[in-house]
This record gives sequence, structure tokens and C-alpha cells, in this order.
Amino acid sequence: MIANSTDLPVLKPFRLGAQTPAPPLGRRHGALLVIALALAVGIGEAAAAPAAPSIIATILKWTPLLAQGFALNIAMSFLAMAIGTLLGVALGLGLISLLRPVRGGARFVTEFFRNAPWLVLLFYCMLLLPFEIRVGDAIVPLPGWMKSTLGLSLAVMANVAELVRGAVKSIPFGQWEAAEALAFTRMQTLRMVILPQCVKRMTPPWMNLYAILTVGTALTSVVGVSEAMTLTGDVLASENRTELLVPMYLYLLLWFFIYCYPIARATTALERRFQVR
Amino acid sequence: MWTPDQPLIRIRDVHLAFGVVTVLNGISLDVMQGAVICVIGPSGAGKSTLLRCINALVPIDRGSILVEGQEVHDPKLDKLALRRKVGMVFQQYNLFPHRTALDNIMMAPLHVLKRPRGEVKQEARALMRKVRLEGKEGAYPGELSGGQQQRVAIARSLAMQPDVMLFDEVTAALDPETVKEVLVTIRELAEEGMTCVIVTHEMGFAREIADEIYFTDRGVVVEHGPPAEFFANSRDPRTRQFLSQIL
Repeated sequence: MIANSTDLPVLKPFRLGAQTPAPPLGRRHGALLVIALALAVGIGEAAAAPAAPSIIATILKWTPLLAQGFALNIAMSFLAMAIGTLLGVALGLGLISLLRPVRGGARFVTEFFRNAPWLVLLFYCMLLLPFEIRVGDAIVPLPGWMKSTLGLSLAVMANVAELVRGAVKSIPFGQWEAAEALAFTRMQTLRMVILPQCVKRMTPPWMNLYAILTVGTALTSVVGVSEAMTLTGDVLASENRTELLVPMYLYLLLWFFIYCYPIARATTALERRFQVR
Repeated sequence: MWTPDQPLIRIRDVHLAFGVVTVLNGISLDVMQGAVICVIGPSGAGKSTLLRCINALVPIDRGSILVEGQEVHDPKLDKLALRRKVGMVFQQYNLFPHRTALDNIMMAPLHVLKRPRGEVKQEARALMRKVRLEGKEGAYPGELSGGQQQRVAIARSLAMQPDVMLFDEVTAALDPETVKEVLVTIRELAEEGMTCVIVTHEMGFAREIADEIYFTDRGVVVEHGPPAEFFANSRDPRTRQFLSQIL
């Protein structure tokens, strides 16, 4: 064993970033959340009028309705992610195009939608899109949730485009060179060599984006979509009991948390796995 | 029209600068069919860049490079046709990490030459045997040692059935003990009559395998000759200095 104290100046090993990852949330943290909810319920209960039905019973009574709303949140997140990813990959390929005008156009679109507040995009989609569109002879209605899903997917698109560009840039240049030397065309190189390697690199940040998007679907309540957030507000309005306010919103938060936290965990796990190659 | 009695590669007075840095400063050399040429010289002499110019990975500023009589830097040149004739192996192997060794070898013949899969697979297996990697067909590049990866890279290049192979310091990134297995593979190729242009720092290997040695420095060929003559009595002081440092 070498003595690890010395009088000489010592160059400590250099570390990039934190070496210890944040510990995963455990049972303890779950218990803490439940306690917070119980506390909120307790305080609410104490403040309630003596004759009023219990808060837990009220929450349970409205749970099926909230679940319905939450299902819409999930549906919107799925749809927005699918549309956004599809458009985003195309836009991302535009960002790395060899044609200057294409690259410039893609860059403008990406920056525009990446730096626009989601809420503004939602308002624009609500206001600018018609409430129905005519496809041939059929009239397809365009409900509010559909329009706001499109708004969200624009934001997703810009973020995915940036992910694609970053992933392509992160592939070592030697891969391009090797493919070129084997007489692959640029399209073949992208399709068979570069993009397959990007999928792996993009998956963790893509999942991260999905979790952010899911939480973001609550924004659509502002433009009047009947998702979980709006319904919670409606419930509170109809119950007209101020002591319900904190427990109800905490309950809603819990729904989102329980859905999104595992995604965040899986993202970190994937990141760790892809690090060791 | 090119005939085999003319140089397979004919490089004349090639100039290339990256910004203000002159990389090639009027380099000329000839490679006859079946010949093995070793290019040596200090780092920064432009050796790797020269190889990249031969298969049009890097465009030149001025001069001429003919491969089988075709001007490489003619804007109308079919680059893909050129690259089918010229194989290249890199210092960093550059295997495709998401595909198995066998897939790496098969990809270009399948998708570039559009040849039938069964035939390509058979040839790829034969190539794996040739580079002594039988049984590693299903391994991913990350599971192979540096020397094994480099031999897969050689096989991948050979699968295109090129007329000439370019080797760019292919052993420079390898452990000393795996250098030999790669050199053996290259020697076997040379003995089979493959035209090779080899950029290397392995002087012993160059002396043994080359028909002609080119010593380059600062973008020009300082002197060249058959190895026996070149190593025994080089005339230029720059060559002598380089050799004294390295031998």
C-alpha cells in the first residue's frame, strides 16, 4: 500500500462532470409523496365544514373523470410525439443537407419553433387552424385537442430535428470516410451507416423529450382542451370547496409523476448502458 | 485508353493547401500494376492526404492524378466508379460498429455493386478465412481486438475486388503484438500480385515488401528507389536524417 499523503504538490485526477449519478428515488421518496398528500388531505379536512363529505371520498368520486382526462393527455402526447418525430427527422436531415438553401430554410424553421413558447404555438394553432377541413367530399372535424396536438408536435419537431443533427455530427468522421471509400452514395451512407448509429444515441434524449412533452400537455388546458388539468379545474368549480384545492392538484400531479418518472429512470439507465460501448 | 504497361496510378505535380498550410507541394509518383509502393516520411509530410487524393476523398488544387488513365479530379468523373477500383484501409479501421464483421464485408458488394446476397455471403466468408478470422463472422467490431478489426477492414475493402489497395498507416494504432498479424495479411496480398500503395512507419516491413520506396517531406518526394538501394545509400541529407532517427 502506497502512503497517500505526501509533501509534494499532487495533481489530483481530473474528472469531467459529476462522477456520482443522482441516486434514484426510492421507497422513501414515494412515502414522502404519500405523506404530503395525506398532510394536504388532513389540513383540508380540518378546514372543511363539519357536514361536508370527506376529501378522500370526493377525490375517489372524481377519479374516473380525471382518468378520462389523463387518457387524453397520454393520447395527445403519443400523437404529438409521433407527428413531431416524423417531421423532425425530415427537418433534421434538412439541417445537414449539402444544399445551402435547404440547410438555411431548415435552420430557420428549427430555430423558430424551438425558441417559440409552447403556449404561443398552441394559441396560434387554435386560432389559425379551421375547426373542420374538407378532404374531397368529406368534412373532417378538427377538434381542439387535435389542433393543440399539432401545436405541440411543432415544438417536438424542432427539438427532434436538433437531436438528429447533433447525433449525426457526433458520429466520427472516419465512418463517413470509410463509407465513401467503399463507393457508398451520400444517401446510402446516411441510411445504412450514419443514421442506424444515431438511433442509439438519440433514444435517451428522445425519451426525455417525451417526458417533457407529456407534462407539457397540461398546457392545453389554457386553450380549453378537456384534459386532466381542465377537468380538475371543473371539478373544483363544481364542488366549490376551497379546502379541496391543494389535495386535488397534488393528486393530479401524482398522476403525471407516476407516468413520467419511470420514463426518466429508463432514460438514465439507457444512457448508462450506451456509455459503456 | 489505359493499358497495363502504363502506370496504374500516375501522379504529377500535385499541389494542395488547407488554408495557408501547404500539404502537397508538387508531388509526383508512378505505381505500376502489381507493384508495391511504400511511402515513408515524417508526420505532416502529406502522406495520408496523398492517399485520400487518389480516391477523390480530398480534392486537389492543381496537378494531375490518373488512375487507370482516368483523371481523378475531372469534375465529370464518376467518383463511385473510381472508388470501386481503389480500395482503402484506414489507421482507425473505421469499421461500422453497428454491424457484424461479416455484414461489414458484405454491405458494399450488396448495396453498391448490387450483387446477389448468396454469392456475396460466400465470398465474404472466404475473405474472413483469408484474413484468418474464421469463426468471428458474427462478432461486432467492438468485440474484436485492434488487429482483428484491421483485418476485417482489409477484407471489407477486398470484397469490392479493387485493382489497387491504399493502406494508410494501418498498423499505427495497433499494439506491437498485433502489428505482425496485419502485416502478414498485407504481405500475402502483395504476393498475390495486388497493387498496393502503403503509407507506413514500419521500416523493416517497407524494406522487405516494397518494390519501390518513396520518401516524402513537406509535400514533395525527396527521393525514391528500390529498398536495398534506398536504405543503404540514400543521397539526400533529409532522408539520411530521417532514417537515422527512425532506424
